[in-house]
Amino acid sequence: MTDKPGLLAVEGISKSFVGFKALDGVDFTVRPGEIHALLGENGAGKSTLIKVLTGVHQPDAGVIKIDGQPVAMRDTQHAQHLGIGTVYQEVNLLPNMSVADNLFIGRQPMRFGFVNRKLMEKQALELLAQYDLHLDVSSDLSRYSVAVQQLVAIARAVDMSGRVLVLDEPTASLDRHETEILFAILRQLRARGFGIVFITHFLDQVYEICDRVTVLRNGKLAGSALTAELPKIDLVSLMLGRALAVATHNTRHDRPVPAIKPFSFKGLGRSRSIAPFDLDIGEGEVIGMAGLLGSGRTETAKILFGIDAADTGHIRIDGHPVLIRTPQDAVACGFGLCPEDRKSDGIIGDLSVRENICLALQAQKGWFNRLSSREQISLADKFVKALDIRTTDIEKPIKFLSGGNQQKVILARWLATNPRFLILDEPTRGIDVGAHAEIIALINRLCDDGMALLVISSEIEEIVAYSTRVIVLRDRAHRGEISGDDITTSNIMQMIAAESEGASA
Amino acid sequence: MNTRLLPLCATLLICLIAYAACVFQFPAMFSTRVAGNLLTDNAFLGIAAVGMTFVILSGGIDLSVGSVIAFTGVLLAVLITHYGVHPLIAFAIALLITTAFGASMGAIIHYLEVPSFIVTLAGMFLARGMCFVMTTDSIPIDHPFYTALQGLFYRLPGGGRLTFIGCLMVLVFLVGIVVAHFSKFGSYIYAVGGNRTSAELMGVPVARTTIGIYAMSGFLSGLAGIVFSLYTSAGYSLAAVGVELDTIAAVVIGGTLLTGGVGYIAGTFIGVIIQGIIQTYIVFDGTLSSWWTKIVVGVLLFSFIALQRILVFLSLKRTTATSGG
Repeated sequence: MTDKPGLLAVEGISKSFVGFKALDGVDFTVRPGEIHALLGENGAGKSTLIKVLTGVHQPDAGVIKIDGQPVAMRDTQHAQHLGIGTVYQEVNLLPNMSVADNLFIGRQPMRFGFVNRKLMEKQALELLAQYDLHLDVSSDLSRYSVAVQQLVAIARAVDMSGRVLVLDEPTASLDRHETEILFAILRQLRARGFGIVFITHFLDQVYEICDRVTVLRNGKLAGSALTAELPKIDLVSLMLGRALAVATHNTRHDRPVPAIKPFSFKGLGRSRSIAPFDLDIGEGEVIGMAGLLGSGRTETAKILFGIDAADTGHIRIDGHPVLIRTPQDAVACGFGLCPEDRKSDGIIGDLSVRENICLALQAQKGWFNRLSSREQISLADKFVKALDIRTTDIEKPIKFLSGGNQQKVILARWLATNPRFLILDEPTRGIDVGAHAEIIALINRLCDDGMALLVISSEIEEIVAYSTRVIVLRDRAHRGEISGDDITTSNIMQMIAAESEGASA
Repeated sequence: MNTRLLPLCATLLICLIAYAACVFQFPAMFSTRVAGNLLTDNAFLGIAAVGMTFVILSGGIDLSVGSVIAFTGVLLAVLITHYGVHPLIAFAIALLITTAFGASMGAIIHYLEVPSFIVTLAGMFLARGMCFVMTTDSIPIDHPFYTALQGLFYRLPGGGRLTFIGCLMVLVFLVGIVVAHFSKFGSYIYAVGGNRTSAELMGVPVARTTIGIYAMSGFLSGLAGIVFSLYTSAGYSLAAVGVELDTIAAVVIGGTLLTGGVGYIAGTFIGVIIQGIIQTYIVFDGTLSSWWTKIVVGVLLFSFIALQRILVFLSLKRTTATSGG
């Protein structure tokens, strides 16, 4: 099996973006007739690897080989020409055009210099019939569900490339039945000798359909194995790793869980996002949220902070019922949120450190109550000192700061509003080890000051280090809670990897 | 029914109702004379609007249209009257320049990734400025060839005149429809307007398409300029101010989404005719100020934009409903 020549292979691929190493010497091989899962948490380098494979990015180092022959991929068209077809995460089709147009654009059958619509629609019908899809190919693609659009995208990719098919999280928006249809088609393609790269974060699906797994972590190859030979628990530990060796032992386990819990969320949930859950948080408590990407971590944070409205459930603060329908409501209740995607949802890159720090407080004070320059400067100075934000100047645009310092600025932004309940979504992602330890120390300090915190993280060891309680999520639901001395990496991993009993339909 | 067709149907309905209401008040408006004049008087607007439809379908905008029309008019007048160039040669020169002008704007928009609004705004000032460099006067054109073209018409039963420029506009619309729906280039335009990134990933030559679209808009603006100069027999730097906005109005009233990707050339034709009908009504009435055209067009625009947004919301709702079920 292993000596079968790779259909598509990359060796020693590296790729950097402005100082940030997205891929670092990664090897990856797709063999004919196999479905190869590519796994990794956010920022592990999956998408970068896919973009290198499909000619969107040029690698800084390393070679790409097709049938053992090195090739230089110029662009997506060239990759397609070489036999590599891709279906991107957000279905990249044209919803404003007909199904047939989507299948054949760029290569429509012509007659007398005009597009031969009749022939094109006939070919489209024939093509889709291979997948047991019977659509009105002349109607707009947007009339069909995401699942059908996905299948149309696959049909196009297969028809155009014919050898390697790359699927970037194809099942993310599909329900169980639609996923099965997709899997049937993938098996059929595998039998035809296709090499299929399958990116997903549903581990059950990996075991259901994939022959081989490759895991990336922090831009490096974490491991590659046959699925059958890799127990789930090992796979999880490959993905999450034990990278954090900072000497921050757990100091919280012995801490008594506060008896009075002012923040009470009962039965909050949102369909297709997160199953209803209960959550009570006391002051001086750090709740860790563990789970793989897509398990409902961020979704929980979004509901708590009013970014997504909950379908069900109610919220009480200090025993009084409150309504949180928008982030403004949440801020008014004394909540704060440091979002997962710092660059797009957190910092405002061109504004200065001072302006970024004052943002939430100013928003809370309203339009007419401007913070004076002096107040702003003293506020910014205070937090730059308190949090040890390393910047030459508080007037420096925040985009020039390192990731860890940016994170501290966002923390400062919320701390300025004196929140009672702070939600941190992946506060340590993409920051270096030193800053990492500082953020953890800061979380501990805030907790000691009596703030209630909810911290979401992919780094299990980190969660172990600061949590008083840990909630484990899986398949978009809260699955369990661990507290006290039971908070250990292995216990959490066990829970994450546990078989989802009675797999949700 | 396909919700895509709804704006087009609404436009057609409004057009028919407006015409019927006009005829009810002024029975004389129901004649081939009025119909013929509608085509002739709006010929330059219609031709420019075809180009604008392509631009808007691709998700862009072309603000240079009016200036390019004026530029063409002045250029023709200078070439024919001052330099004695034969009109046909002058036409060729004008079309060559305007097409190249459009193509270079398209190239800037694509390669430098500048919004089309800014690039064509610059183009608008540039073209208008070039008019004044050539001349600040209104130059009459008096050439036997012009007189011949102007005298060319087909007499309809009832006394209406189907003029050369009126026919030319209809021809441009027909060619536009064929290009939009039956050519590869047409499908690329819809693709780029639908989602530029997707189109690129699907192998659509986005660069060629973008440049082609603006080149075509430049060409059609030049052609509209020729028609305008045949219509007025003169070239004047201050002519056709704001025509680009009239064409945008015609395109939007015709049911094309300003966000691109959705619309029909035929709708633009109706949009042009609606504006023509309003103007004709004002002429027939005799007491109304011509600004009422603008007022009615403004109201129509508002209602069409609202209608389009409502349709978008409805279709979004429906998609989530189906995918949720």
